[in-house]
Amino acid sequence: MKFLILTITLLLSSNFVHAVDPGEILKDSSLEIRARAISKDLRCVVCQNQSIDDSDAELARDLRILVRDRILEGDSDQAVIDYVVSRYGDFVLLNPPVKGVTFVLWFGPIVITLIGFICLILFFRRQKPLIQDLKKNNAEVKK
Amino acid sequence: MMKRLAYFLPLVLLAILAAYFSAGLGRDPQTLDSVLINKKVPEFSLPPIRGFNAGLSNNDFLNKVVLVNIFGSWCVSCRIEHPFLMELKKKGVIPIYGINWREQNQDDGPRWLKKFGNPYSLIGDDPKSRGAIAFGVTGAPETFLVDQRGIVRLKHMGPITQQNWNDTLKPAIDKLKNR
Repeated sequence: MKFLILTITLLLSSNFVHAVDPGEILKDSSLEIRARAISKDLRCVVCQNQSIDDSDAELARDLRILVRDRILEGDSDQAVIDYVVSRYGDFVLLNPPVKGVTFVLWFGPIVITLIGFICLILFFRRQKPLIQDLKKNNAEVKK
Repeated sequence: MMKRLAYFLPLVLLAILAAYFSAGLGRDPQTLDSVLINKKVPEFSLPPIRGFNAGLSNNDFLNKVVLVNIFGSWCVSCRIEHPFLMELKKKGVIPIYGINWREQNQDDGPRWLKKFGNPYSLIGDDPKSRGAIAFGVTGAPETFLVDQRGIVRLKHMGPITQQNWNDTLKPAIDKLKNR
């Protein structure tokens, strides 16, 4: 039981472990919240499957500070994101934008699911007459 | 007949997917296409490193073909690349600008250059990655080729060696110079 409680506590608290240094945090908490939200959406280009908010890499840290400096200078969220994208490309966005090259990425799964459904419908349509035939046969045998 | 062929459709689809993914498998995820290619040098301005007079900014890119090299005394590959840059300087092939990236101590960069030689005609100090981020750098060394109009033409990741110099950099430089 103790072990279970400990495990659960640890699992829950892992949420609060962040790469962000106390020194990086902005004094104005509303600005800090914006900085955190932006950082969560930006990919760390060194350790590519982490956001810069999660990453301990030095470059991620410098990017976090850059995000905060830009916010302090009065940039909008979109302006900050646009700046980083203009340097590193769409790749830094953990949520890739919907556009020409990412079309397959966004709509591919939906299209494939639809094709699957169409196949299923066609399959069952074809089964129907067969089942009816079977039933008919059964009825005749019983007679 | 057509019906028979339809049975092979999943196999064909699988083959297409397999081909697509196996093509991606050979690609190094660390090498990213730079979005800066064929764009103007990004706006940046870096102070000089300790003991030097001039820093580096985007205004230094005019009327000449140059290389911009991101380096640091902490970077092992930069040390490997360094003799080749020195040779380029000695032969006067092309001016090289340096961005001295993320030195822990302000003296580390100057000391490194004093010890091994300075191949750079201008150097900017970049302790907070401002220059590196402006160029979309992910690691050192990285080198950019900039043309006479201040437009980024090529990005090279990792150390420059004789081979990739001959294969990609030199032809690109010759082409730009002969315009």
